[in-house]
Amino acid sequence: MQKFYVILVDGTIYFSWLFIVSIGLTLIYGVMKILNIAHGSFYALGAYTAASAVGAYFAGNYPAAGSFLVLILAGVAVGGVIGFLIERGLLRAMYGRDEIVLVLVTYAVFLVFEDLIKLVWGVDPYFAYQPYALLGRVGIGGIGFAVYDLCLLALAILLGIFAWWALNRTRQGKLLLVVIHDREISTAMGINVSRMFTATFVIGAMLGALGGALTAPGISVVPGIGVDVIVLAFAVSVIGGLGSIAGAAIGALIVGLARASAVHLLPEVELFVIYAVMAVVLAFRPQGLFGRAVARKI
Amino acid sequence: MSDPIVAARGLKKRFGAVVAADNVTVEIQPREVLGVIGANGAGKTTFVNMVTGYLKPDEGTILFRGADISQLPPREVTRLGVHRSFQVAQLFPNLSVRDNVLVALASVERRRPSLVAALRTSDSIAQANGILARLGLQDAAERSTTELPQGQRKLLDITLAMVGRSAVLLLDEPTSGISADEKFPLMDLVMDAVAAEEAAILFVEHDMELVERYAARVIAFYEGRVIADGAPDAVLTDVDVRRYVVGAELHRRADRART
Amino acid sequence: MFRDLTLPALAAALAGLLALGVVLPSWLVFLLTVAFAKGLVVLGVVVMMRAGLVSFGQGLYFGLGAYTAGLVTNFLGVTDAVALVALGGAVSAVMGFALGFFMARYREIFFAMLSLALSMILYGILVRSSTLGSTDGFNLPSPTYLGLVAEGVVGRRVLYGLTVAVTIGVAMALHRFVRSPAGVMGEAILTNEIRVEYLGTSVTRVLHITYVLGAVVAGLGGALVALTAGHIDPDVAYWTTSGEFVFVAILSVIRHVAAPLLGMVVFETIRTFAFQYLPYTWQMVVGIAMLAVILFLPSGLWSLFARARQLGGGA
Repeated sequence: MQKFYVILVDGTIYFSWLFIVSIGLTLIYGVMKILNIAHGSFYALGAYTAASAVGAYFAGNYPAAGSFLVLILAGVAVGGVIGFLIERGLLRAMYGRDEIVLVLVTYAVFLVFEDLIKLVWGVDPYFAYQPYALLGRVGIGGIGFAVYDLCLLALAILLGIFAWWALNRTRQGKLLLVVIHDREISTAMGINVSRMFTATFVIGAMLGALGGALTAPGISVVPGIGVDVIVLAFAVSVIGGLGSIAGAAIGALIVGLARASAVHLLPEVELFVIYAVMAVVLAFRPQGLFGRAVARKI
Repeated sequence: MSDPIVAARGLKKRFGAVVAADNVTVEIQPREVLGVIGANGAGKTTFVNMVTGYLKPDEGTILFRGADISQLPPREVTRLGVHRSFQVAQLFPNLSVRDNVLVALASVERRRPSLVAALRTSDSIAQANGILARLGLQDAAERSTTELPQGQRKLLDITLAMVGRSAVLLLDEPTSGISADEKFPLMDLVMDAVAAEEAAILFVEHDMELVERYAARVIAFYEGRVIADGAPDAVLTDVDVRRYVVGAELHRRADRART
Repeated sequence: MFRDLTLPALAAALAGLLALGVVLPSWLVFLLTVAFAKGLVVLGVVVMMRAGLVSFGQGLYFGLGAYTAGLVTNFLGVTDAVALVALGGAVSAVMGFALGFFMARYREIFFAMLSLALSMILYGILVRSSTLGSTDGFNLPSPTYLGLVAEGVVGRRVLYGLTVAVTIGVAMALHRFVRSPAGVMGEAILTNEIRVEYLGTSVTRVLHITYVLGAVVAGLGGALVALTAGHIDPDVAYWTTSGEFVFVAILSVIRHVAAPLLGMVVFETIRTFAFQYLPYTWQMVVGIAMLAVILFLPSGLWSLFARARQLGGGA
């Protein structure tokens, strides 16, 4: 029983991280039909920027509580700026091309950033453990959990609710849903799809970077952290349905729980299970659990 | 009267709320030339799609030489000798005009394409050139299909449909997109080439003059139903056909004349 | 009509390469061996891309080939290089044939993602398998060659000879394939699947064949790399390895069967020297090169650009 409980909490914590990291990816695909491999770069940039910012912050002897804000701002800022530059500077020229071509473009961007990050930050690990350590640990039912992780869970839930509200209850959000549903009709309806694209990509990038920034305190930030993340984010998004925020949540929950179960019960299948679920979903329901099957237009 | 080569009976097809075929029964006799008319959306292309296996009818049967083909996929229907051309020319833009024909030839020759034989041999190229010459496309052989004017695109599309022995040839708007003065020459060319096939020919057309000129029998569609089926002068003067089909055609002509 | 001189040219190249294998310095022979073996995989990627199948998961077959060679030599005691490579190819062929039934039904992004997922499944299995050494992998003993023992520097040169022979042989075979009905139909499928079906040919059959070819060739490459390096680890199945094959395929802009091989040689050379002279920049260079090709040299992606977006006929 204890094990079940541990799996549940572990899985939910993992879910929160996966959700924050995947929500940007699925949003960008939903609106722009771009499978953004560079999302891994945003994640890494967010982590590195946050680590540097937090490092500088604590060197400056500012009140410790502010470091959380620094984390978030660092992530959002770097994601916003870089996302904007990439969308405006590069992607804009590629719209209308085959989906696969755009994937290759984002892959190329990812490769460039892998090295840019090394050039800017070097290859030694960065640490931003302070926010993580500050919050300490708490015991629930005899098991110790980092308060930071639990806060992340709360944040993920808040983010999910906010995203749902923003999409379904605001004017801009509803317009975005229309674009997701049918791009041609949206243009015909006079929606400024171009501006929506920029906004979406920037928001998606911010979310990706935020994911990295929020993860940074719990890990050592080293080159290559984006590489593992991107495939996981893909798995989560595909399982839930590319383009669906609810799907990202469900996908993250499934992957989180599956991984936690594997880790505690049968460690050999930990990685295998995630990609096996992804393959099965792709095979039997390519649009994912919450995705909308694409209607034939002919 | 011999048995029909194609007998479509009681075809029904819906797309959500749209009724594309409502109890459609059409029989095609061997070697006859049949014209199909109807306003856009009347169900003509849906009919062709169903006969050739691209769509499965919700109800009804389609018999070819007495055998049920309604559940067969397009590739099997083609192999039986029921060929079609498309309203929008379906070509391979990344291949040359001749390569388009060579691919069609290779497909006819073997069910399982060879992995080792060369597609382009002096024999196969000569054969392809001959086929292109049937519809006057031999000079365009080396060009990319994207360079072809609309008329030649349609001709190539029809050429591809004619590779291999056709028992039935369904031509979906063979002259669509062609300017008025080019329509007759194009249709003449097609019908001449096609006459040698000994196939039954069904062509969908909006131009009533073409229909009158070439069809021995005319079928009119309206809202998924067959509203007339008979000799051209009878059908084209039929009250309902006038109202629902020819009328629309006259309006279209008047609009074109005005612009 | 201009005669196609590719096959004789390839044969001549083979002779030349074999001769070079005797005189070139050992480190260069090693580099070329790895480059050609990986070039094999890229050949497969290119052939698949012509039919519109962009695989982000050739690491699956590359890994299968490598681990087959590794396991058979370590656990079954087979040391013959030719046998090991053939087995690597055979196992990949069987797996590719089986998976192909199902993979041939997917297109575009879904095909890419599914291929990625399958390769990551293999990675996941390998990484967590302690019998196989998990992330460390394991070593392979020096192979024999049809009964002959050749170790050390000489062995390296013989393995180079084997690799070059297999690679050029495959290149010749694939050159025939792309000019065969099946090969050209693949190109037709890329731009107009429906028309191919209407011509009487099964699209899934052609794609299945193409997929299996990609698999076999990747398996052969994997086995060769394993033997050359004398070591394998799960990274052979990781997505970045698969990605590498894709970008070399893209950078091989010329539409000729030798291009991927040359591309891989150039790439491996740069990678080897990049560490010394351009640390932390070669991935960036590759990325920028890829972008340049995509933006300015559409032929680099051939028909992916020619893919027509034809709006079908009306009702």
